[in-house]
Amino acid sequence: MSAAQAIAAALALPTLGALLIALCGRWPNLREAVTLITAVALAAVVATLLPEVDAGGRPELVAAELFPGLAIAFSVEPLGMLFAALASGLWIVNSVYSIGYMRGNAEKHQTRFYVCFAIAIAATMGVAFAGNLLTLFLFYEVLTLSTYPLVSHKGDKATVTSARTYLGILLGTSIGLLLPAIIWTYAATGTLTFRLGGILEGNLAGPSIGLLLGLFVFGIGKAAIMPVHRWLPAAMVAPTPVSALLHAVAVVKAGVFTITKVILYVFGVDLLFDEPSGTWLLYLAAFTIIAASVVALRQQNLKRMLAYSTIGQLSYVILAAAVLTPLSEIGAAVHIVAHAFGKITLFFAAGAIYTASKKTELPQLAGIGARMPWTMAAFTIGALSMIGVPPTGGFVSKWFILAGAFQSDNYIALFTIILSTALNAAYFLPVLFIAWFGREADDQKPHGEAPLPAVMALTVTALATLGFFFFNEPVLDLERQLVEALP
Amino acid sequence: MSLDAHLPALQVVVPLLVAPLLVLLRDAGLAWAGAFAASLMALVLAVLQVAQVTDGAVLVYEMGGWPAPYGIELRIDGFNALILLLVTGASTLSLLGGRESLARDIDDDRQPLFYAAWLISLAGLSGIAVTGDAFNVFVFMEISSLATYILIAAGSDRRALTAVFKYLIMGTIGATFYLIGVGLVYMMTGTLNFADMEQRLAEVADQRPVMVAAGFITVGLALKAAVFPLHVWLPNAYAYAPHAVTAYIAACSTKVALYVLLRFDFFVFQGNLAGHSAQFTSFLIPLALLGIVVGSAIAVVQSDVKRILAYSSVAQIGYILLGASFNSLTGLTAGIAHMFNHALAKGALFLAVAAIGTRLGRLQLRDIAGVAQRMPWTMAGLALAGASLVGVPGTAGFISKWLLLEASMEAGVIGIIAAVVVVASSLAAAVYVWRIVERAYFGSPGPALSAGTAAEAPWPLLAALWIAGLANVYFGLVPGLPLELSSSAAAELLGHLP
Repeated sequence: MSAAQAIAAALALPTLGALLIALCGRWPNLREAVTLITAVALAAVVATLLPEVDAGGRPELVAAELFPGLAIAFSVEPLGMLFAALASGLWIVNSVYSIGYMRGNAEKHQTRFYVCFAIAIAATMGVAFAGNLLTLFLFYEVLTLSTYPLVSHKGDKATVTSARTYLGILLGTSIGLLLPAIIWTYAATGTLTFRLGGILEGNLAGPSIGLLLGLFVFGIGKAAIMPVHRWLPAAMVAPTPVSALLHAVAVVKAGVFTITKVILYVFGVDLLFDEPSGTWLLYLAAFTIIAASVVALRQQNLKRMLAYSTIGQLSYVILAAAVLTPLSEIGAAVHIVAHAFGKITLFFAAGAIYTASKKTELPQLAGIGARMPWTMAAFTIGALSMIGVPPTGGFVSKWFILAGAFQSDNYIALFTIILSTALNAAYFLPVLFIAWFGREADDQKPHGEAPLPAVMALTVTALATLGFFFFNEPVLDLERQLVEALP
Repeated sequence: MSLDAHLPALQVVVPLLVAPLLVLLRDAGLAWAGAFAASLMALVLAVLQVAQVTDGAVLVYEMGGWPAPYGIELRIDGFNALILLLVTGASTLSLLGGRESLARDIDDDRQPLFYAAWLISLAGLSGIAVTGDAFNVFVFMEISSLATYILIAAGSDRRALTAVFKYLIMGTIGATFYLIGVGLVYMMTGTLNFADMEQRLAEVADQRPVMVAAGFITVGLALKAAVFPLHVWLPNAYAYAPHAVTAYIAACSTKVALYVLLRFDFFVFQGNLAGHSAQFTSFLIPLALLGIVVGSAIAVVQSDVKRILAYSSVAQIGYILLGASFNSLTGLTAGIAHMFNHALAKGALFLAVAAIGTRLGRLQLRDIAGVAQRMPWTMAGLALAGASLVGVPGTAGFISKWLLLEASMEAGVIGIIAAVVVVASSLAAAVYVWRIVERAYFGSPGPALSAGTAAEAPWPLLAALWIAGLANVYFGLVPGLPLELSSSAAAELLGHLP
């Protein structure tokens, strides 16, 4: 299979899978088999692209040329490769988990759930492989729309209200801010094609750069930087597998991925480094990290706490990208992976707890470690990764971000990371403490572990969180290509 | 002379001759078949002519062998061809899909008369598109309008009658204004042929009557084209007409009026009247922007699906006018391309509405809750066409909106305001399309739907819907043909600027 065919296949497979899932709706076992086979096939196809990108190749595919200079086109570069590999790989694990969760909770509309999930993954592949801003925008919107039915899955009034918030913020910011930013970029440069080192150099100068950056950053609402973060807690009404893969990995990472990509490929690190009007991004990211951590500290609902933790962690990536040093850019890419493993584990655990015991609030978790040792062990590993304790993946990315901040004597970034580490510890450690050592309330119904597929899935991702601490060299090698040209 | 040379004349003659034959047929099914066949043939004729003018050539046909300016001249360039394609395509698809829906609304014995009126309106609209003679335009305009009033009045809701009466009054005022304008120009130049008029006007010393004429013609045609604030006839006419008729007239009738407006203002007046282009621009840009804002805002709060789409049309007409009023090549190309692309999107949307209306009978938002479970193909088509209306990349709607934004960026401060308005109204479009889609997909079926036996729409309607829907995708990915035609049309119109 040639690289261009592989790109086409990565987009077509989940789309085709969605169609097949819809057709197999009447036979649940067959339907789930289709999901799993599609997921494995997609991961395999994405993996075939890896060697070429690793060797410095940039496979391309032009789907349609709309005007001269404006096309729906795909190009695989290290950052997108990493994102696609991450999302497609975790889709397999998440599908296993979904089967356990959806059946364990006897959810309705399961066919719609799997269909929309597959479409969301197809859109994620499109975002990851997009060769220009227009293509990225297109798939970004498809991702928003395809996840709406997943968020509003339950269908009752409160859920639909939350889902409308979700849709309204994401769609509103993207059409109202991101689209004008894209148009402005096109008007200024005459192109929308991503180029490492940026396309704006020489076409735009002065405060306009800060303004354009603002349109991009707030337009990309999926990155959940404050004050456009409200959709993420609202999205927590979704079934947990959705929160796990989409609102800890695919959707939110599509946001920070896009911001990182815009910084590297549209503005260019050099341009932003020399232009003072863009530095506000650093302060805003720092503020978001601290503020989200403080809010997380006060949450009583497990999933909401995780959501605010996600908001903070996403801004780590933005902060790292905004520090604008080679090491921090690598740190941004690595943190996308490290946080994904850790946070998906935490959500899997939250869903497993809900499936087994219907518990959703933090105080209810007292003593649950004894009943669900596997789940809580995985939860502990995920939480440690969020704090950044070795030997977990979270430590690796924090190390790079800190090193990058040292490189440019960026004390704001340094201080933010240190303070937020303390705050992360402050809201995760009490949970761990009461779960393992707390005394269970007396009127408890006895329960055991969640269904086997769910426990399997969260074990795998917990191991990945640990494993990433030791085996991160391939990712680092891949992402070093991004910063080769920088001083 | 081979038959090929007679194409422009046949474009009008075929539907005009078939119409009286339908009345003689006296059978609803046969009348429909005859109308469809004639319309299909008109579409083929249009395609043949499009093929001849894509390279910028102009087809000229002298009616009865009388040379212009004495005789009537039919003249087909890229712009005319595009409009012809639009009119015949809309008519053919609406007829293909409309059979069952129309049979529901109209008594069997009246159907032959109805289809005859349909063909007459087709002949009138095609006639406007082919002729190169200003008075001839008026004649065809009256023919098409009278026939269209009949079509709309056939709606099953009795409010269709008041709607059509309003349309009739406004339309007649518009046509009269146009006639007054043409009369004034004739008085000053002694000719009715567009090309001749353009040359003779340059020699006219006293320009005041011509300026008055320009005012009358612009306002008269703006009335016909439902340019804001002269749009008040449109929402009711669209809402209460039979569904298939709505699909037909929404796709093409206002566009034909806009075509004449552009033809007159750019081709005849621009080069000859001092300051005309500035007046044209400063007069129409605010109207276009207001139309976009008001139309979109009202569409968002409507609760009837057809009215949502009708107000959306008011906004979309604003887009077309906005592009044209920039007075630049990109702008004009964008406006003309949007005529084509909006016709595709709105035609497909109203076909989907026709499908839902045929099965459910009612089209309030609350009535269509959960309808996607019963009519998955229809709703998928509606969602696709809706995406094109919003302007999602990969659909036809995106192409013209992108060009429009590009033109705005070239136009300085007012252009930035225009760009903001266009983006904001795209957001509004996303909202009102979403309201329909959300209700249909995620609403829980009401008592009417769960009790009824609503099933998927009849297959010809689905076929028509999906042909139009897929055309939205095709022309979104391969925009060559409409762009070629509209840029050659724009170049032709602007070529007459000094």
